Amino acid sequence: MDELLTAAPAEGTAGGARTEEAYRPAADALRTYRMVAALWIRSTMTYRASFALTLASSFCVTFFDFVVILLMFGQVRGLGGFSFAEVAFLYGTTGTAFGIADLTLGSLQRMGRRIRDGSLDVFLLRPAPLLAQVAADAFALRRLGRVLQGLMVLVWSLVLLRDEVAWSWGRALMVPWTVVCGAVIFMAVMVLGASALFWLQDAAEVTNSFTYGGNTLLQYPPTVFAQDLVKGVVFVVPLAFVNWLPALYVLGRPAPPGVPSWAAFASPLVALVCCGAAGLAWRAGVRSYRSTGS
Amino acid sequence: MSCEPLIVLDGIEKTFTVRRKAGPFRREKREVRAVDGISFTVDRGEMVGYIGPNGAGKSTTVKMLTGILTPSGGRLRVAGIDPARDRTRLARRIGVVFGQRTTLWWDLPLRDSYRLVHRMYRIPDDRYRENLARCVDLLDLGDLLDVPVRQLSLGQRMRGDIAAALLHDPEVLYLDEPTIGLDVVSKSRVRAFLRELNAERGTTVLLTTHDLTDIEQLCSRVMVIDHGRLVYDGGLPGLHAAGDGERTLVVDLARAFPPIDSVPGARFVRAEGPRQYLAFPASASAAPLVAAVAEAYPLVDLSVREPDIESVIAKMYGGAPGGTHEERRESLM
Ligand SMILES: Nc1ncnc2c1ncn2[C@@H]1O[C@H](COP(=O)(O)OP(=O)(O)O)[C@@H](O)[C@H]1O
Ligand SMILES: [Mg+2]
Repeated sequence: MDELLTAAPAEGTAGGARTEEAYRPAADALRTYRMVAALWIRSTMTYRASFALTLASSFCVTFFDFVVILLMFGQVRGLGGFSFAEVAFLYGTTGTAFGIADLTLGSLQRMGRRIRDGSLDVFLLRPAPLLAQVAADAFALRRLGRVLQGLMVLVWSLVLLRDEVAWSWGRALMVPWTVVCGAVIFMAVMVLGASALFWLQDAAEVTNSFTYGGNTLLQYPPTVFAQDLVKGVVFVVPLAFVNWLPALYVLGRPAPPGVPSWAAFASPLVALVCCGAAGLAWRAGVRSYRSTGS
Repeated sequence: MSCEPLIVLDGIEKTFTVRRKAGPFRREKREVRAVDGISFTVDRGEMVGYIGPNGAGKSTTVKMLTGILTPSGGRLRVAGIDPARDRTRLARRIGVVFGQRTTLWWDLPLRDSYRLVHRMYRIPDDRYRENLARCVDLLDLGDLLDVPVRQLSLGQRMRGDIAAALLHDPEVLYLDEPTIGLDVVSKSRVRAFLRELNAERGTTVLLTTHDLTDIEQLCSRVMVIDHGRLVYDGGLPGLHAAGDGERTLVVDLARAFPPIDSVPGARFVRAEGPRQYLAFPASASAAPLVAAVAEAYPLVDLSVREPDIESVIAKMYGGAPGGTHEERRESLM
């Protein structure tokens, strides 16, 4: 309260002290993100040919993942009791969700260096939310390749599944909803990982094992993994809510043993909780940022 | 409340925990008190020099004033705002220039950086155009606007940075070593600009440096910090008196002469061929000395060297308990 009162700008000071606008963190963050990302897109677009090339290569590199699964199904008829179309569905949902998170927050991977060399200082001087600035910095549109590839596999799997699944409105709506919630969960994990860098300078590897590693894990049916691992992914690191649990519902399969069936609908809630935790960790991290001695 | 000074520090501390290897498996924790209980206030319109040797805690103080670092203890207010808590809100009211690090976008031309500043700070269009035109004119940036920042020389980049920090009409400008590594021409241009800024616009300026000439030409008030503590706060003449500082008159004579020891008020220090070094009290004027030398010797050239801040502070500490500068540094290591 005291803060608000004393913070009123003094009249007639040097320059034109503006009336302070209402502080809207979310709107401010989006505006900042758009502004900075647009700048980077413009500067990469000056070399159109090289941009097209990197986009294509990003698309192809991701596609190799899927080729592995294709090859596997050349040898076996099913994977953990799942058909090819079902595995492709798992692949498509997590691939798209992860792709969206990677496209928007992939630059957070550069945080470790910024914290070590103190170049985060500069971002902290600007009147814009730090997370938005760092996430949009060096925005790379080529990461769109991953999203496109995931979407392609997802659409393909839906075409294959059109007769295999007893479609209802609920199941159909669950598909895009799963991708959205999954992307948000991945984003929250990325922010959590970036926050950890404020204390543990080498946390990047751990974060990557949860994001990139998690994405790879979720491409395969839960039935091929040990039950303890599946439980861990449900109850400890809630990555199962990205696609496994909602996908099992869509495919008309039972939830893994020990997991209640309503968990299939809990993804939004889990996403929300993860975001809350990520937000708190981020704030605490920024407060403990120590810059570097010069 | 509105009569509170613009900047208020009350017992501000910052402690860093440093871990370092002590043997193959053991890690040792050590506390570094970078800022150790500093209190001062700065009023609107003041131009203050904040000086001290390397590692004294100057940059750490500036980083707390901007909200980059959260103090470990004490109370801090800038324009009534707690910087660490309300960093983004404060950011629109302050300008910051780091000599060691640019705040511009490295790969963009200056013009694009300024455009982004314009939008990020939500500067009204007419204010932006006016301020930019003024900075471009006074800092001579006209030919540099389309050059990417990474291609600028240090002096050019510094001028570009100063302009960027002022486009949004900040009430206070912090400069951390703004003249470090600059050539003489760039230095004097930067100084002239800052003087004008303070006089014409009433912008409060806090300047850290370890170049005493900066302070001499710009600041009526100087604060000296050493080992995280404020050891002096007052005018520049008082600093010399407190530090018992001496200036050096360097004279180039037509040829080598025996040591000049007949000039009153000056003490012969050393000679390098025709060049001789004479020390005299910092509070005294150099003019009578120069006249006396010129009268007795064939004087070719001369210059006056200010005592460097390290030696002034070393002298301030000379008699103080707790040992000299060097000893203390070692006990920290
Ligand atoms: N991020 C940091 N981590 C650990 N020690 C630091 C950090 N920043 C500064 N220090 C230490 O704090 C002291 C003051 O540093 P600094 O404020 O940069 O000094 P100055 O700017 O006066 O040269 C130094 O001993 C420095 O090593
Ligand atoms: Mg410094």
